[in-house]
Amino acid sequence: MKKTVLNQLHHQAGARMVEFGGWEMPVQYAGVIAEHMAVRETAGLFDVSHMGEIEVSGPQAFDFLQYATTNDVAGLVDGQVQYTALCYPNGGVVDDLTLYRFAADNYLLCVNAANIDKDFAWLQSLPADSDFSALTLINRSAEYAQIALQGPLSESILAELTDTDPGAIKYYHFAEGEVAGIPTIISRTGYTGEDGFEFYCPVAEAVNLWQALMDAGTPSGLVPTGLGARDTLRLEKAYALYGHEITAEILPLEARLAWIVKLNKGDFVGRRALLEAKKAGLKRKMIGLKLTESGVPRESYPVLCDGCEVGYVSSGTMSPCLRQGIALALVEAEIADGTQPLQIGIRKRHVAAERVKLPFV
Amino acid sequence: MDFPEELKYTEEHEWVLVEGEIAAIGITEFAQDQLGDVVFVELPEVGDKLVAGKTFGVVESVKAVSDIYSPVNGEVIEINDELPDEPEVLNTSPYEDGWMLKLRLSNPDELDALMDAAAYQEFIEQD
Repeated sequence: MKKTVLNQLHHQAGARMVEFGGWEMPVQYAGVIAEHMAVRETAGLFDVSHMGEIEVSGPQAFDFLQYATTNDVAGLVDGQVQYTALCYPNGGVVDDLTLYRFAADNYLLCVNAANIDKDFAWLQSLPADSDFSALTLINRSAEYAQIALQGPLSESILAELTDTDPGAIKYYHFAEGEVAGIPTIISRTGYTGEDGFEFYCPVAEAVNLWQALMDAGTPSGLVPTGLGARDTLRLEKAYALYGHEITAEILPLEARLAWIVKLNKGDFVGRRALLEAKKAGLKRKMIGLKLTESGVPRESYPVLCDGCEVGYVSSGTMSPCLRQGIALALVEAEIADGTQPLQIGIRKRHVAAERVKLPFV
Repeated sequence: MDFPEELKYTEEHEWVLVEGEIAAIGITEFAQDQLGDVVFVELPEVGDKLVAGKTFGVVESVKAVSDIYSPVNGEVIEINDELPDEPEVLNTSPYEDGWMLKLRLSNPDELDALMDAAAYQEFIEQD
């Protein structure tokens, strides 16, 4: 199992460690619910060094990314971040990612840990199909550590450690600066639905950056936060997770990701299949369900209507904020748009669930 | 971690408190710590017959679903009705407020097969 450079710190902090995407990662320190509430109310610090970073540069970098990704790279300015995806020709998803524009000919892609090698190989295979020659692809995943500071107090904690004005960095933008004297990409992004920053720093500096952030933030309530809370936080905000809402078998249009699929921007991998699927009408839709009885919906539990299976739960949990079971579910389109009562099958029980507007919180 | 002397323990991390032919059952401090924040509890009903080694209920934390196994044979005579509404009690008070149910033992001799506190402590340290 791979370990991030912060692994020792997690053990020292008493974290419970689990395997995730081939990495040994902290699932919780004090407890999932306490960490979840800290991020909603004060701030939490996440080790996300397992995430991958791929550089795409050169004169044809822009044209290549327009072809490889589903979102429209044309509207971006230097210092801007974009949420996007890579699709297969059949419209299924290779991975979701964030794209950083450093210059018109220089980009960094942040990809899921489990998909680093797959994504890099996929990107390398695309130029062979087309005429992208003036292009450089470099897997820089081993060079960067990544730490996420998330929660309403993030900006004030960060401000103590940097000369860069955090208030000047808008949501989904980034700056290059120093945090605690460490050269860092300071990105105002995250996966919790709260204000916050993600820092990309050299691996050798990550322990110092983590400790500086903990030292600066502890007095105001900053706590180390594990993958358990990362999952409940993202699910309350209905953010898609690779392997759950995002897979090779689910179209992004089915998974509430039409907003990152720009079918009119010109040709890109998967466009034809996605256009056809849209024209034919989507057969399935991702919806939000909230249990109206006690229970915890979990991945792969069936969604039932009149006793028949009409879909399944792609992600589910007990919402720490709502104290109710919540689920993202992929269901037949007619059922998704209908008003028939639905249930989720939990072991032998059929537990009533209502369709709710997303996000849950 | 606390493992009271007056209890008997199982390898599935349940505890049993015996008074005559009545046994109270719950999960251990170690079990609640391993589970993390408990958010849901499913218990049998009064009158149900439990079979030693078979599941009688479910405890769910945010991250995981765990079956609970009956340490002994017997008939359920009382359920802790507070637990479904306050499952977090299993974390805060596993041996007292977090008791799950009481059984009338079919065969009190079965208790001899369970571990005492020292043996259980040794068991989890080896595990």
